Amino acid sequence: MTDQHRPLQSENRSEHIIDALQQARKTRSPVYINGGGSKQHLMGRNCDYTVLDVSEHRGIVDYQPQELVITARAGTPLVDIIAVLAAEGQSLSFEPPLFNGIATLGGTLACNLSGPARPWSGSIRDMVLGVQLINGKCEQLNFGGKVIKNVAGYDVSRLQAGALGTLGVLCEVSLKVLPRAEKTLTLCYDMSAPEAVRHMNQRAGQPKPLSGAFWLNGQLHLRVSGAASAVDSTVVQWGGEIVTSDDILWEQLREMTLPFFKDTGALWRFSVQSSAEVRLDFGTTLIDWCGAQRWVHGEHPAEALQQAAVEAGGHVSLFRGGDRNTEVRSPLNSVEQGLQQRLKKSFDPDGILNPGRLYSWL
Amino acid sequence: MECIIEEAESQRPFECDALSLYSDLPLLVVLPETVEQVQQVLRVCHQLCVPVVARGAGTGLSAGAMPHPEGILLCLSKLDRILDIDVLARTARVQPGVSNLSISEAAASHRLYYAPDPSSQIACTIGGNVSENSGGVHCLKYGLTVHNILSLNVLTVEGEALTIGSMGLDSPGYDLMALLTGSEGLLGIITEVTVRLLPLPELAQVVMAGFDSVSTAGDAVGAIIAAGIIPAGLEMMDRLAIQAAEDFAQAGYPREAAAILLCEVDGTSEEVAQHTQEIARLFEQHGATSLTISRDEAQRALLWKGRKAAFPAIGRLSPDYYCMDGTIPRSQLSFVLNEIYRLSEQYALPVANVFHAGDGNLHPLIMFDASDPMAIHRAEAFGAKILELSVSVGGCITGEHGVGVEKLGQMTSQFTTQELLQFEDIKHAFDPALNLNPGKGIPILKRCQEYRALPARHQHD
Repeated sequence: MTDQHRPLQSENRSEHIIDALQQARKTRSPVYINGGGSKQHLMGRNCDYTVLDVSEHRGIVDYQPQELVITARAGTPLVDIIAVLAAEGQSLSFEPPLFNGIATLGGTLACNLSGPARPWSGSIRDMVLGVQLINGKCEQLNFGGKVIKNVAGYDVSRLQAGALGTLGVLCEVSLKVLPRAEKTLTLCYDMSAPEAVRHMNQRAGQPKPLSGAFWLNGQLHLRVSGAASAVDSTVVQWGGEIVTSDDILWEQLREMTLPFFKDTGALWRFSVQSSAEVRLDFGTTLIDWCGAQRWVHGEHPAEALQQAAVEAGGHVSLFRGGDRNTEVRSPLNSVEQGLQQRLKKSFDPDGILNPGRLYSWL
Repeated sequence: MECIIEEAESQRPFECDALSLYSDLPLLVVLPETVEQVQQVLRVCHQLCVPVVARGAGTGLSAGAMPHPEGILLCLSKLDRILDIDVLARTARVQPGVSNLSISEAAASHRLYYAPDPSSQIACTIGGNVSENSGGVHCLKYGLTVHNILSLNVLTVEGEALTIGSMGLDSPGYDLMALLTGSEGLLGIITEVTVRLLPLPELAQVVMAGFDSVSTAGDAVGAIIAAGIIPAGLEMMDRLAIQAAEDFAQAGYPREAAAILLCEVDGTSEEVAQHTQEIARLFEQHGATSLTISRDEAQRALLWKGRKAAFPAIGRLSPDYYCMDGTIPRSQLSFVLNEIYRLSEQYALPVANVFHAGDGNLHPLIMFDASDPMAIHRAEAFGAKILELSVSVGGCITGEHGVGVEKLGQMTSQFTTQELLQFEDIKHAFDPALNLNPGKGIPILKRCQEYRALPARHQHD
């Protein structure tokens, strides 16, 4: 690693984290794990515990551009990582939201947050190669590694994606990174939501470098990225209006700063089959991820939304706002609930890590 | 074909997977024809506390499907139907015994395919692929099995049905699908898989280059990645592998080369043209001694034929071979290969290397004669050294073949006791009586000290 890769702040605070967890375990008082704090009011249920601040545990530990692998401490802001990658022409292909620059690597993995490229370039869950974590027994453990293929033992690294820190305090994360696209263009089409869902899925079935597809307010946007020659030829073949300043549009979609997201009330996230029929009875819908992620606002009965999600082959969660003291995700059946509880216990027998953040019973 | 096999002689074909060094006979082989039958088998075994070992086509390379002498071998090969292909959503719902290749064949009329392509794809089953998280030659660009599946139907050890994952791109709660994928049949029995299908690329082309040393070939691999190209496949073969493959397949490989690279790019025709030119230029810059760009599909297939035939080609040179599966950071390639050559002399056993160079997955093929017990012992010791070497340079003991029985001993060189205990706790959460594929995948706590003391051989319960 050359000096130019070294971020300003680099500190190993794992001893401190272990001490804090030992204290929590001794007193049986759970901790709320906090990095940058950007997702404190998103995704999870309300938790009122002593804050375990991990934001100072930061710094890039290793980056080998030719290996396509970066390892950083969990408290490292994503913006630092992206800057280091950009200097080598590489990027985080899952396009995570940066939330004003405070989103951290660990929080992004814990929340499994990925941006518009998700259906094509994968999620952070897909890109994670290894983690170092401290479990509820205060043991510092390493799983996975810094190589792209590794099937030794259970895939504990990927299991952390979306676990909201309930299985361990993430210390270090190794990710697969990819070259940045040579060229990107965005096409816009006027069409209804049902037409758009059909159209984007048909386009995704063609061997073209599609890298984004979202619909809002009667407009479908398709993004193509990759080798310049492939992008240019695709745009010619597909037609449509070329959008200028398109990077701002995709950034606003990724950062959830489009006017659609301004409403501060309940925001629901559907994760469904990409081609599923569009439900128009829940009000204005933003359709992203080629149809696989759909956002709606408002106070709807959770059961009605859950039923709609099941019919569309997926699930729904209360992403932001609303009543966060109740369950905020689709229910699981009793067999799966039992497995999830036993799994939690295997990492955190005393329930000190963000208990109740995912589900009240977990 | 009958559904229950009791006679030892009829059980013989099931005594091992493709790693025949390890074999045993089960109490019974059962071949259920319906998911309900699988469920019944599991319920009975759960009641009687009988071990259950799942098996697909038996193409595994780590003895993961070796029968348990006191258990049931649950062979899922009769569950071999493709249930549904959803063209618009680009998914296929299939039973676990469906072969990997047949999914792509069924999807081909829609111009779609299933991307992971292990070498055994003609025979290996999707259920086995999920259990091993199989890769193939295209995983640098298209990912492993875990990246290409959406949902699994699973039976727990008690026989309870469960659907994990979803038709969306994530699921609520813990990602059990990530945990089940690659879990080697230790956490549940897979009864249905929904896979993602990708559009068939417009064009694919292979650039083959010869090099006069493995280190220059390794540098050329790094140069391609540094140029921002992610090839669909990037394979390396060393001298012995080249010669064996060329004798077998007459693919047009340069026999005099110390190493060759096979680099495939796919995409739109414009993109492929752009990238093949860039790759050819980079290979020349890095001292390629020969260069071939596939003219057409026939030549592309021929260039791959040699690589895909590398294992059987080595099989012609030696009565037996032992295929290793360590992964290493690519920057360590030259060092690791030279160490392997040194060990080859030390153990007096020849070795040929094929390498998924794009993703650092090395497959040394150790040649030996299994009729000589001393040679078996030397081959295993040599193999164990290679795996330890992989770990010592920052790699791991298995990239895609799994731990099975074979690599239980090396698990202790990759993981600490606490880490192994965490694995065991996870196993307990799913299978507290340890009835699913016992003695595979993860070393059992109480035997941990023995594993650290003993070489890897027959350490299953």
